Amino acid sequence: MENQGLNSPGYEIPEEVQGSVAITSIDRIYNWGRRSSVWPMMFGLACCAIEMIATAAGRYDFSRFGMEVMRPSPRQADLMLVSGTVTKKMAPTIVRLYNQMPEPKYVVAMGACASGGGPFKEGYNVVSGVDKLIPVDVYIPGCPPTPQALINGLIKLQEKIDGQSIKSVRWYQKGDLAAIPMPILGPDLIYQEQIPAIKEASKEA
Amino acid sequence: MTTLDFSTRFPEGVVADEREGYEGYIIAADKLVEFATTLRDEYGYDYLSSVTGVDYIAEETFEVVYHAYKTIGGAELVFKVQVARDKAEVPSLTDVYPGADFQEREAWDLLGIKFTGHPDLRRILLWEGFNGHPLRKDWQEAYYEADIKPFKSRWPKPEYARAEARNPYGANVKYPEKFDPEKWVPEGEDALYGSLAKYETTDDDGLKTDHLTVNLGPQHPSTHGVFRIAAKLDGETILNLKPVMGYLHRNHEKIGERNTYLQNMPFTDRLDYLSSMSNNFGYALAVEKLIGIEVPERAEYIRVIMAELTRIQNHLFAIGMFLNDIGAFFTPSLYAIEERELVLDIFEMVSGSRMMCNYFRFGGLARDLPAGSLQKIKDLVFDRLPRKTDEMDRFLSENEILRSRCVGQGLLSAEDAIKYSAAGPVLRASGVPYDIRRAAPYSIYDRFDFNVALRYNGDIYDRYIIRLDEIRESIKILQQAVEQIPEGEIQTGKPRYQMKVPAGESYGRVEGPKGELGFYLVSDGKGNPYRYHVRAPSFINLTAFGPMCKGLKIADVVAVLGSIDIVLGETDR
Repeated sequence: MENQGLNSPGYEIPEEVQGSVAITSIDRIYNWGRRSSVWPMMFGLACCAIEMIATAAGRYDFSRFGMEVMRPSPRQADLMLVSGTVTKKMAPTIVRLYNQMPEPKYVVAMGACASGGGPFKEGYNVVSGVDKLIPVDVYIPGCPPTPQALINGLIKLQEKIDGQSIKSVRWYQKGDLAAIPMPILGPDLIYQEQIPAIKEASKEA
Repeated sequence: MTTLDFSTRFPEGVVADEREGYEGYIIAADKLVEFATTLRDEYGYDYLSSVTGVDYIAEETFEVVYHAYKTIGGAELVFKVQVARDKAEVPSLTDVYPGADFQEREAWDLLGIKFTGHPDLRRILLWEGFNGHPLRKDWQEAYYEADIKPFKSRWPKPEYARAEARNPYGANVKYPEKFDPEKWVPEGEDALYGSLAKYETTDDDGLKTDHLTVNLGPQHPSTHGVFRIAAKLDGETILNLKPVMGYLHRNHEKIGERNTYLQNMPFTDRLDYLSSMSNNFGYALAVEKLIGIEVPERAEYIRVIMAELTRIQNHLFAIGMFLNDIGAFFTPSLYAIEERELVLDIFEMVSGSRMMCNYFRFGGLARDLPAGSLQKIKDLVFDRLPRKTDEMDRFLSENEILRSRCVGQGLLSAEDAIKYSAAGPVLRASGVPYDIRRAAPYSIYDRFDFNVALRYNGDIYDRYIIRLDEIRESIKILQQAVEQIPEGEIQTGKPRYQMKVPAGESYGRVEGPKGELGFYLVSDGKGNPYRYHVRAPSFINLTAFGPMCKGLKIADVVAVLGSIDIVLGETDR
């Protein structure tokens, strides 16, 4: 089924070479390769990580989607599964891990906490969602999402990858991608882009 | 509760706590160390379970509350120290009970109570430089809305506005007045690495050698989450090691003091997220003790069944992950998770959720067992689980590599285990037969015939094998419980959203899979707890982690950590 999609560019292929010749577009074959071998980073934050492990294990087995190779090092990973509550103390580390990942890279916010703070949103040490720090591709609701929900989210990610084009994705534009500035642990978490605003506020006080 | 007469031994400085609903003794701060030493050496209270602080803002005092036990069994002894809020200094008990180490640091971090004489009083859950001490009653976070829930903005008519919209920065942040971010110098890690002390050795030829500092985590595959270790090495040998936590500090206690009593139940699920049913159990016991409510017979049985199933699946997971740590990458885990899924099926059947069960209620349970679930449990405990436990035992326990990595490594003697307030399998693998189900039976555990699993060597191997022993004992309890379970009610009175909780304090504890899980509650008679503290076994077991690792090779650290079996949700709360 996959190959049919890959192998139907709209050109007629002579019958005698159909078994050995395929014509496709660069985008298609590239995306097909990417989406079929998304390697997640072995990175667990909280409760959701346990469901992530359960999804990797025998019963749900996300290696069916080409995702069984969990890499502990961000340098070898394509996908950051943010599985759990993002705390302020952890925030600089998460941004650093994201910056260390090579492009193309994707982020899935798994569960309520990673999507928006979840039940712990009001906490003084909790960041209201990982999208306050890094760009997110897919959000998966649930507390924690069941393995089925996680797999559904990963399929959505694959659909998103299928729809991308080398011409327009941000990591193939001219120039280097700027690294995301790491937040600083001050009296509270300091987002670097907010420094002028904080300075302004302190003058008024 | 225990009543002792201290009047001859301590004519002054020790008085009984006579506030309504309170118990124990109030000790003068200058007598505290002497009192604790006497308690340990003469009265036999050798195990300090919990240390925490309470901010009585109306009385302008901080109270530090200690819960001590005898390891031969029996009820707790509570003693307290009261100090003025503006001069919050209490002598440290780390010399008498080294297990107080991390707990005193936590009280310093979150409440700002200074423990004089503490060897390493740094922040433990937050970072150095954080503004204020968040559990103080006059400290407000960025998203502060009101003191208690349910918030007026959502109840009775919903007028919901996003918390971000109310905050000038659109994020969960708040800075002190006149704070200049450009002049801020991060405190960094100097205090942490400084606390490891400088070592320098001279070898036989007079060559001086500096030592190496190694950092592991918070992102590391064998730390079971976001846990960090800083170690000082001589070659590969560990000279000193400090755990660093707080990367998953989710402000459980601050949120808990704002919630109503019942609202806290789903939050306890997320403490030790592998064993939500036991967490529910401990919290329900603490609140029931305050209200003085009885639990119907059938509900008691279902509670025990759920708690023991939790223990089994937790230990399975712990063994699987421990084998991962020592290099048997994922194959044993897959075997363990296969069985765990079957237990989770039962949880999903009874509560609707695989992991976050939220199943217990004060005076009973949320709902009865659905049709067919009891039969499923019976199939598991009479047939599948005993068989599969034996299978794991056969595959793993005599494995050459496992034995050579684990036997005789990471030793913790019985005296040290008690000294460092270790709990659960860690304590019992060192030869201390202390199990709360036996030592101070709660619920209906006194009706079942089971042994307290015990191993004597206190090494990594014993901490592994004792988990298999405990699975077998749990199966034994389950086999009795599913046979004896009667028909009947599952809830005393009508299920209610809001409970009337009289003023007072209570400490409810259960033998969770990881050890003694305690909930310390202070009620002021209102709808939400005035103080809500969790005695987290994962957190306190880590006190012994540094001493256990000293002298080992750096590669064994992950094996020792895996054998303690921590869950970061509970360690950091």
